Amino acid sequence: MFNYLIKRLVAMIPMLIGITMISFLVIHIAPGSPADLLVQMNPKASPEAKVRLRAYYGLDKPLHMQYLYWLKQIAVFDFGRSFSPDGRKVADKILERMPVTVLINVLSLLLIFTIALPIGVLSSVHQRSLFDKFSTVFVFLGFAWPSFWLALLLMMLFGVTLGWLPISGLKSYNHDSLSLIAQALDYAKHLILPVLVSAFGGIAGMSRYVRSSMLEVIRQDYIRTARAKGLTESAVMYRHALRNALLPVITLLGLSVPGLIGGSVIFETIFSIPGMGQLFWQSAMSRDYPVIMGMLVIGAILTLIGNILADISYAMADPRIRVK
Amino acid sequence: MLKTYSEFWYRFKKDKLAVAGSIIVISLFMLSFLAPLIAPYDPTAIDARHVLTPPGTEHWFGTDDLGRDVFSRVLFGARISLKVGFFSVGISALIGIMIGALAGYYGAWIDTIIMRFVDTMLCFPTFFLIIALIALFEPSIWIIMIVIGATSWMGVARLVRAEILSLKQREFILAARAAGAGDLRIIFSHILPNALAPVLVYATLGVAAAILIESSLSFLGIGVQPPTPSWGNILTLGKDNIEIAWWLSLFPGLAILITVLGYNLLGEGIRDSLDPRLR
Repeated sequence: MFNYLIKRLVAMIPMLIGITMISFLVIHIAPGSPADLLVQMNPKASPEAKVRLRAYYGLDKPLHMQYLYWLKQIAVFDFGRSFSPDGRKVADKILERMPVTVLINVLSLLLIFTIALPIGVLSSVHQRSLFDKFSTVFVFLGFAWPSFWLALLLMMLFGVTLGWLPISGLKSYNHDSLSLIAQALDYAKHLILPVLVSAFGGIAGMSRYVRSSMLEVIRQDYIRTARAKGLTESAVMYRHALRNALLPVITLLGLSVPGLIGGSVIFETIFSIPGMGQLFWQSAMSRDYPVIMGMLVIGAILTLIGNILADISYAMADPRIRVK
Repeated sequence: MLKTYSEFWYRFKKDKLAVAGSIIVISLFMLSFLAPLIAPYDPTAIDARHVLTPPGTEHWFGTDDLGRDVFSRVLFGARISLKVGFFSVGISALIGIMIGALAGYYGAWIDTIIMRFVDTMLCFPTFFLIIALIALFEPSIWIIMIVIGATSWMGVARLVRAEILSLKQREFILAARAAGAGDLRIIFSHILPNALAPVLVYATLGVAAAILIESSLSFLGIGVQPPTPSWGNILTLGKDNIEIAWWLSLFPGLAILITVLGYNLLGEGIRDSLDPRLR
């Protein structure tokens, strides 16, 4: 297990370098230099600020030197300062936005599991039943349903027509005057719609995946063996089949990280939630290069970590992987 | 895998969902080509006397905040999404096939470097990459198609690489080489035609994905710019007028849903008919 871990971690290094290279290039294929842009964006920026910026990125040096210079900075988690008037450190700006986004994504993953797992298992165990047909229709609709449209419809129904739920932000205007329990409830009410929207597509995908994974496992020899030795059908399904069918789901979990982080741009913008997605959107719209570069790197690293965690949990759950 | 086309058609025609998907896709094609004939109004004509009219006999889907006919705009929006879907998938398929073929055919260090690059690209939250790239340029329909294509080729590349790895040791390839065929000839006229079926499935599903991305971008305001009608930018007006004009939010959304559903059903139908074991 330890050797496996080391091997996976070492394999991360070229990926990390690749991530920083792509993030760097994305910004540098843009026409015009970031330093000129700072002056354009912020007329108050002094000529000294421009010189400082050029020095920070080493813009007077050739491209590969610039890259190495930037790499040296981000190696110690220094992503520079934002171009926006507050001029705060990029790392601080990103870190303070992370908890909300992570919370919503974790909640939506939990929701995906609690709904998709039973749907997937039941529709595979009762393949071609009425339930299976219904869930197939649901899955196709879920895949095709644009998440921003779902958000819009839910806002219209629960926010405008029924007036049950707030449709923007994380807390009400009178949040601070509420008791502790009321504050928690207030947060919860604001989170319902965003979590629902971000989970919706995942529920469809996950239940489909669990279903096909179950169908795959049911065909294996060891399931026939289990049946042949006289186990009850439910013991075969839930103790033998399901546990094996769930293994690939761990990988899917790791693979869903970039989609979740990227998707946060949409629902955070629609519901005005101050998370990473909204920060990325605002920075892209104002061409705040240091923040964009920092978020590309951090977003990709989070994905990488998600993948590694998925691989490690898979290896812990399935000894066959470790030996290979 | 696939013996004959007639076998494929036999299975495809029996698959009700696949047939439903084809009908949707064909109807969409017809609607977009005939849009100028069917549309009752000019989709960009402003009518200050009929602002935000609810759906009725005169305006089937109502009018927007500038009095433009929503039915005509949704109809013309189909053309935009069709164009974006096909061009972006074309670009991503082209890049993916080239890169995948290079990696799979030459193997060794070329393969290692290319596949590491693919893995790295897949680490980025796609939406971050797309928004960052679009923000650097002025948004236009061409930029959108190029950016969607440039950020979604990785799946095709992996697919083509895997196909080529399994094909290149087969006897007919060895025979072609023994007959003196060069690398390019082997790749383009012997290997790729055999790898095309899975790419076709991937591309059909890719059109659906590209349409979803385009409509999200247009909804956020960095996609297709008004007055050009797109389903996404009509929905933006739906959000702005959420308390008074439900029709602006309903009809374009339904259009996206039906379109994406159509391409997904078609893609899955083709896949299942090519290889029924996958069901």
